[in-house]
Amino acid sequence: MTNTEIREFIGNAIEENRVMLFMKGSPEQPACGFSARTAACLNALGVRYAALDILPDQRIREELSGLSGWPTIPQLFVEGELVGGADIVTEMYESGELASLLGAEQPEQAAEVAAQSEAPVSKGPVPLENRLD
Amino acid sequence: MPTSDELQQRIKAAFPGSLVTVEDLTGGGDHFRAEVVSDRFDGLSRIQQHKLVYDVFGAEVGGPIHALSIKTSTPGGTP
Repeated sequence: MTNTEIREFIGNAIEENRVMLFMKGSPEQPACGFSARTAACLNALGVRYAALDILPDQRIREELSGLSGWPTIPQLFVEGELVGGADIVTEMYESGELASLLGAEQPEQAAEVAAQSEAPVSKGPVPLENRLD
Repeated sequence: MPTSDELQQRIKAAFPGSLVTVEDLTGGGDHFRAEVVSDRFDGLSRIQQHKLVYDVFGAEVGGPIHALSIKTSTPGGTP
């Protein structure tokens, strides 16, 4: 795959999936605490989301950051817009903003769920997983 | 290897008059948490606020600075 193809693939993934998470590892097996925390917020809200592991090819991360202007992973996009990385997503989860953005119901004791570093099993489909292999 | 003092000074220099605390999360000089209170964030979205802080370090974030966790607010409170 060329860099241009990777960038196109990323652009399409952001466009085609209402909730799109770029992370290290998968929601079931996150490879970084920040990615785990972000996936855990989405899992706790029970929303469907697509996730893409950026680790298989270094260029995924380079092209993604080039596209979004955001230097770190994870990156969450909702309806084509960058929402943020782990810090912003966690803050928005705890305040209930993420639930309202996603049209989900805010669970009780939201802060405690987000504080867990391990992600529970994803409730959503993960159609894009490792498709760049 | 960057230190929390160095990061704090660089953020402070980029945001004159700001309050900055930087914590080295692991003690290893690569995972940091920065809290920045500045009126430059006034009227900006969280994404824009965090981008301003990331911009101070450019490509170092993701490189020597493996992770930089950011919390931003304005002197008036969190937007």
